[in-house]
Amino acid sequence: MATKSDRRIDIEDIDGVTVARLLEKKILDEANIESLGQEMFALVDKDGRTKIVLDFSLVEYLSSAALGKLITMHKKVSTAGGKLTLCNIQKDILDVFKITKLDRVLTLCSDLDDALSKF
Amino acid sequence: MAVPVHFETSIPSNTADGLAVQEKIVSLMEQFKYSDRDVFAMRLSLEEGITNAIRHGNKFSADKQVEIQCSIDEFRMRVVVQDQGEGFEPEAVPDPTTEEFIERPCGRGLLLMRAYLNFCEYSDGGRRLTMERQRNSDLPVID
Repeated sequence: MATKSDRRIDIEDIDGVTVARLLEKKILDEANIESLGQEMFALVDKDGRTKIVLDFSLVEYLSSAALGKLITMHKKVSTAGGKLTLCNIQKDILDVFKITKLDRVLTLCSDLDDALSKF
Repeated sequence: MAVPVHFETSIPSNTADGLAVQEKIVSLMEQFKYSDRDVFAMRLSLEEGITNAIRHGNKFSADKQVEIQCSIDEFRMRVVVQDQGEGFEPEAVPDPTTEEFIERPCGRGLLLMRAYLNFCEYSDGGRRLTMERQRNSDLPVID
């Protein structure tokens, strides 16, 4: 079980919506990405959460492997009948979503209020 | 004016060693005062290129190495990544932005490198990747 110091996400509940803030600045390293994926997937598979916001405010870099985890997360939440939104994405990271056209698959929001308004 | 730097290194097929080389190259870019935008582009491209060599090229094999050559001056960065795998055909990699492949969890590395680099070419049957980015490049172009 992840201790507080090696957690990749910080969880907060706001009006029935789970806000998961990603704590890593660089989501690049293979081991980190794997751990992040496990923590995110557990929100759905283990905790049964289906209304989830991923807050990217701290994230400065991410790789295509991290994008893969986000897509898998999106599918998990959709399959469970829920909704996933992403918010507070820095400009450089937003470009990555646009280049890969994942901005058409994932729901990207400007800030947390915008993300919460989607539920 | 900073003197151009060139180094070559050989690493085992694990991503932790790949990350260490990335950090060394990024550190050189910072010494040469490349912009945050250039550093973001190269860090992303290095991650994709080196990880591809380790994962898909050498398949994490303990008896295979990845050779990396890096040249940097005040005008451009050039990095060559050579693996010892079976190679691949870059043209055979499907476009991950199409409806058929958009929700696949992998296969976006090449797309990203091509978007951020001024020069990105595989040779030696897909075992050798040459990456180049010019200082203050306009890339990526976003639609």
